[in-house]
Parts: sequence; C-alpha cells; structure tokens
Amino acid sequence: MSLDSEAVKRIAWLARLSIDEDRVADYARDLSGILDFVEQMNAVDTGSAMPLAHPLDQSQRLRPDEVVESDQRERFQQQAPAVEAGLYLVPKVIE
Amino acid sequence: MEWETVIGLEVHAQLATRSKIFSGAATAYGAEPNTQACAIDLGLPGVLPVLNREAVRMAVKFGLAIGARIAPTSVFARKNYFYPDLPKGYQISQYDLPVVATGQMTITVDGALKTIGITRAHLEEDAGKSLHEDFHGSTGIDLNRAGTPLLEIVSEPDLRSAKEAVAYMKKLHALVRYLEICDGNMQEGSFRCDANVSVRRKGESRFGTRAEIKNLNSFRFVERAINFEVERQIELIEGGGAVVQETRLYDSVKDETRSMRSKEEANDYRYFPDPDLLPLEIGAALIDEVRATLPELPDAKQQRFRSDYALSDYDAEVLTATRELADFYEAVVRSANCDAKLCANWVMGDLSAALNEANLEITASRVDADRLAGLLQRIADDTISGKLAKQVFETMWQEGATADAIIEREGLRQITDSSAIEAIIDRIMADNPGQLAQYRAGKDKLFGFFVGQAMKATQGKANPQQLNELLKRKLDA
Repeated sequence: MSLDSEAVKRIAWLARLSIDEDRVADYARDLSGILDFVEQMNAVDTGSAMPLAHPLDQSQRLRPDEVVESDQRERFQQQAPAVEAGLYLVPKVIE
Repeated sequence: MEWETVIGLEVHAQLATRSKIFSGAATAYGAEPNTQACAIDLGLPGVLPVLNREAVRMAVKFGLAIGARIAPTSVFARKNYFYPDLPKGYQISQYDLPVVATGQMTITVDGALKTIGITRAHLEEDAGKSLHEDFHGSTGIDLNRAGTPLLEIVSEPDLRSAKEAVAYMKKLHALVRYLEICDGNMQEGSFRCDANVSVRRKGESRFGTRAEIKNLNSFRFVERAINFEVERQIELIEGGGAVVQETRLYDSVKDETRSMRSKEEANDYRYFPDPDLLPLEIGAALIDEVRATLPELPDAKQQRFRSDYALSDYDAEVLTATRELADFYEAVVRSANCDAKLCANWVMGDLSAALNEANLEITASRVDADRLAGLLQRIADDTISGKLAKQVFETMWQEGATADAIIEREGLRQITDSSAIEAIIDRIMADNPGQLAQYRAGKDKLFGFFVGQAMKATQGKANPQQLNELLKRKLDA
C-alpha cells in the first residue's frame, strides 16, 4: 500500500503537524514503507491468536471513588499564556 | 410519496461518582471555573489515568438492568481530535470492545409495546466547556467537567418517529435515576443525546444517508429537532437533492437544525488502544456483587402497582415515573391502609398540583406521606367529604398540623346523623313552601335548590350521598 502526497498532507493536518512541502515526497515514501511492512505482517494467519490490547499481561487496576485532589488553579494557571476570571483563554473557536 | 423515518440515539449519561473517571478531582456541578481540574484532567505531561471503580460498577449495573452481556474484557481507546476544551488532544473512550454489549428496552407508544435494541454502552470521559461570551475576542475554557465519567448508550436504528425517540429517552432517563447511576439533571447537561436521523421510501430495506444532530438536552428539543430534520431531508430528496452525511446543531430559538461547518473534516478520529490503560477485566464476582444492589426496576414496579393496588396502566405509569414518587405513594398506602385508588388520586391530583405550584420535588413535599394518609383515612371513614378534604389539604400544606387537628379546630366533621339532617330538611321545606309546591308539581330542577340550601345550612358538612337520599325521600313523600 502506498501513500500519495495528498494523503500525507491530510494526515499531517489531522495531527496538526507542520511539514515542509519539499519533504512531503520523502514522508510519503517512508510511511509507505512502514505500511508495506504492516502488510507483510498482515499476511500471517493470526486467526487463532487473541488480539493484544496492551503489551503487559495485566489487567487495569481500579481506584476507590474518592476526591483526593485539591484546588491548584493558581499554580496551573501560571503556566497558561492567558487567563481571565479563572478561565483559560484561547483564540476564538466559533466563527 | 410515503416516507419512513429511521432514528438511532446516542445518550450520554453523566455517572454520579464523587470523583472523575481517571483522576481524584471532584465532579460536583457549579464550582468556580477550573478549581476541579487537576493535572490529569489538564493532560499535563507525565500523568497517568487510573480508572474509578465506581464508574465501572455503575456501567455494570446499567448493563444488568437492560439484560445485556457484560464484557469480561473491555479496552479503552483514544479518540483523537483537536478542540480547546479537550486538553490532551484525545478523549479516552471505548471503541471496539465496550464494557456493555447488546441489551434492550421496551417502550410504550400510543398503547403499543415496542422493543428497542441497545447496541452497546461504553465508558468515556467528558470534555471541558467552552464559553463563547466575549473575552476580548477570545474563548474562555473551563475544564471542571473534563474527565467526568460518562456512559454513552447507543441504540439500534429501531426508532421510527420523534415520538418513539422521546419515549425511549424518557424510559432511559427513568432507568438511570432508578439505578442511581445518574442524577438525570438535563439542564446541567447530566443527561443529553445525539440523534442520528435518516429517511427512506416506505418498503426500502437500505437506510438513507443520516445526519447527526448533536447535544440535545431536553425531551422537547429531541422531538422538535427530529421533526424539523425529517421534514428537511424529505424536502431535499423530493426536490432532487441528496442528504449529506454531516453533523448538525439544533437551534431551539429558530427551531431548525443547521450544519456545523467547523467539524466537517474532523470525523477521522484515528482510534487506537490507549497505552496508558490496561484492559478492564470484569469477573463474575463483581457482576454478582452489583446484581445484588439492583433495585426493583420501573417495568417490574409498574406491573406490581397494577396487580397489588388494582391501578390502571396510566396510574401505574405516572406513579412509578420516579423511584421517589413510587416510594411516597406506597408509604401513603401503607399508612392510610385504605382504598389504594383513593391514595393514587390524591398523590397524582391535589398533592402533585401543590408540588408543581410550589416547584418542589416529591422528597421536599410540605405534606409528608403520614399526614396525607391521615387525611385520606378521614375521607374513607366519612368524617369529612371529599370537597372539604381539599380545604383541609390546603391548610395542611400551609401549616404542619395533622388532618384531625384541623378538622377538629375548624369544626369540619361531616354530619352523618340522619335525624340531624332530616331536621334541617324539614326546616328548609317549611321555609320555602313556594319552591316545594313547584317541585312537587313536576319542576325537578328545583331539587338542586334544596341541596344547595341544605349544604348552606350545614356549611357543606352534610354527607352528600346521605343528604341526597333523605331529601329525595322527603320531597317525594
């Protein structure tokens, strides 16, 4: 399976990655190589194997339903570029 | 052209846990912005989500209540999209292995029963809130809601009208409240839904292209949004156009749905298993433990109300609408130990009206079950008439006294002594010879005049049935 330049640009846009136009062809070739490798693995008959959701052979630990976090808004908001009235401010998202 | 509507609902129920699904931050509604958003909810580097046991138990409880299979192993996945109220850039959800699989629910529409399939229910985290009021051209973000546990309940496309969709959603709403897994507060967004709507020509077996209407947070909006959308699609197709698969928003002010252009291209969520979370395993022990906590469910309670209290389908449905109302009704019946239908009439009638007027929930009723029962006993044993009981009830609603105390204080005890009533009738007949003569000459209508006079003379306290009988006997003598 091979990716064309358009597919590469679309994936980059979905992941919000900025890529140089002159590297697009390289990315397309490299990513296609990875997909070919996946295709190769897909050829193996795995019908009798359970799909693996996680490499560790363990199950999820559960925590009790208790409130253990306290309000640290002051400290978190020191990292933010813009805050007002306790809110984080971001560029307007509704046109 | 005859058209058929096809609807599937995705209902989001906020689970009533104290802390978030993957962090120990509080979930209480209405806190100051961002005071309940911890490092995990903010998606800061180096944090790890740990699953809330109670959220899992609640999902299992729901699954058992709809007769679904609980997955022995389910997996959390990342749903990737970019939006400022989703700090991590992905929502932790479940994709191909949800915790609850294939159950069903029965709804009643226009007296007919219909079974609606539930494809799945999965656990996920809620996003934060974007506040689009003007902050100098910026949007404000409150992440208190980020990480609140949600159970997304997905129906099969089995619903065929807006009415059915509303009936299904109401039934689901009652169920999650019975199970005490969701407070059901729709105004606060604790219970909301997305509707997938399409139309097809009658007899066609394939589905039409669907539009998804997002974030409907009232039963009325669900009905109106679907009705609008169905009309829009039919007009579009009949006009030679085609429905586009897209996400739409319902505008309740204009009563229309419109396309959400900003999310048009965001449908590629690139799900993959979340490496931060191990598979969730649910064993028989946990399932049995949760099963033991299941309350009597709405359908079973309705059935029992019909058989134990000889109530009509309608009465049983109204009285079991919430667990609290059903409990109140049963407390009244137990305490009054009289006609269960009389109790039903009062709980659904005068009491409900008073609650509505005062905008109170049944649990905050100013007349509790015991006091209401005390009043009903006095109706049942003929101490007061139903009409005077209404007056006593109003006084009870205003003050804390018992029915007996009010009846005594205001001298409302019904007159059931025949000789006393007869004496009053004799006097009225003597005082109104003209009317008596006309009545006896065939003017039957005047019977009402004598009833009125007798009631006036007894201040409404004569037992109406007894008065009618005695009056008839005397006048016709």
